[in-house]
Amino acid sequence: MPMTKEQAKEQLKKVWSLPKNSVNLGTHHMCPGCGEPMAYRIIGEIIEEMGIQENLIQVAGIGCYSALDVMMQNDRINALHGRAPSVATGVKRMLPDRFVITIQGDGDLVSEGIAEAVHCAARGENFTVFLLNNMVNGETGGHMTATTMVGHKTKSTLQGRDAKVHGMPIKTAELLAQLEGTAYSARGSVHSPAAIIRTKRMVRKALHAQRDNLGFSFVEILTMCPTGWFMETWEAPQFMEDTMTKYFTLGEFKVPEAVEAAA
Amino acid sequence: MPTKAIGTVDLDIEICKGCELCIKVCPVNVLEMSREFNTIGFRYPILLDGCTGCEMCALICPDFCFTAIYRNIPNKRAAEIQ
Repeated sequence: MPMTKEQAKEQLKKVWSLPKNSVNLGTHHMCPGCGEPMAYRIIGEIIEEMGIQENLIQVAGIGCYSALDVMMQNDRINALHGRAPSVATGVKRMLPDRFVITIQGDGDLVSEGIAEAVHCAARGENFTVFLLNNMVNGETGGHMTATTMVGHKTKSTLQGRDAKVHGMPIKTAELLAQLEGTAYSARGSVHSPAAIIRTKRMVRKALHAQRDNLGFSFVEILTMCPTGWFMETWEAPQFMEDTMTKYFTLGEFKVPEAVEAAA
Repeated sequence: MPTKAIGTVDLDIEICKGCELCIKVCPVNVLEMSREFNTIGFRYPILLDGCTGCEMCALICPDFCFTAIYRNIPNKRAAEIQ
């Protein structure tokens, strides 16, 4: 006689569970197949692993993920469009014993406020910036941002992005890695389980760099936006692997030796 | 002789938005979409026999439907979350 699910569960061991202390479970209002909740969950898992949810202040930008702030069980501020790194600078300078993170999208950090991030990195401010890069303005319904791939059709580039008219997409992780104040810069992705596990390691190293007062740490996380890319949800990860990760190379661009040894 | 992995998942179908990412990512193809709808109007995955508890679906799920994974071969983290 086959076992029921409850009988089977008693013989098995729980090997995975959601980070219930740092992530507030329940329905969120993102579209089906969105990559941003996965990125939030990765960050929540590391926060729970380090036990810092009581000691962390999150600064969010403007985008779809602003609605996800209710998911995280920590203190948070919503900054003006693109200005989250400046708000985080003020928070960290006044409260240097707290962990400060900003979570921003590509329309927020790259299109609107790249100067804020570049100057914070140049000053070597000791906080962590997470960029959720889905290469469109998801909240407005899929318009072009500064990181949209060349040839990609959006609502504001109906013939595809043209490099002669709109320029080339900005590789933010490589750009910030060149600055002296940056301690850690990396780019991860959430299109497959393997990429999620690698991204989790990058998030851990970035927060360890902040804990050890090494300077500015930055992780860019490529996320899916099937609604903004006008495709089916299950096609988006494959599209991302075929096109997006070819231009936005995954990997670490600047790792301090102290972090490499600790992680 | 290596032990065969046996596993199961806790699945909260009421918060599923039917994106089918877990169906594509499952290496043993034991998840399939239902023909019914949940209360918010989406089709949801159903677990068939033969799950190995590999955690892939839980890692990719954007709606946190997979709340826990059980397996007969424990990993490093199993001792912490019991």
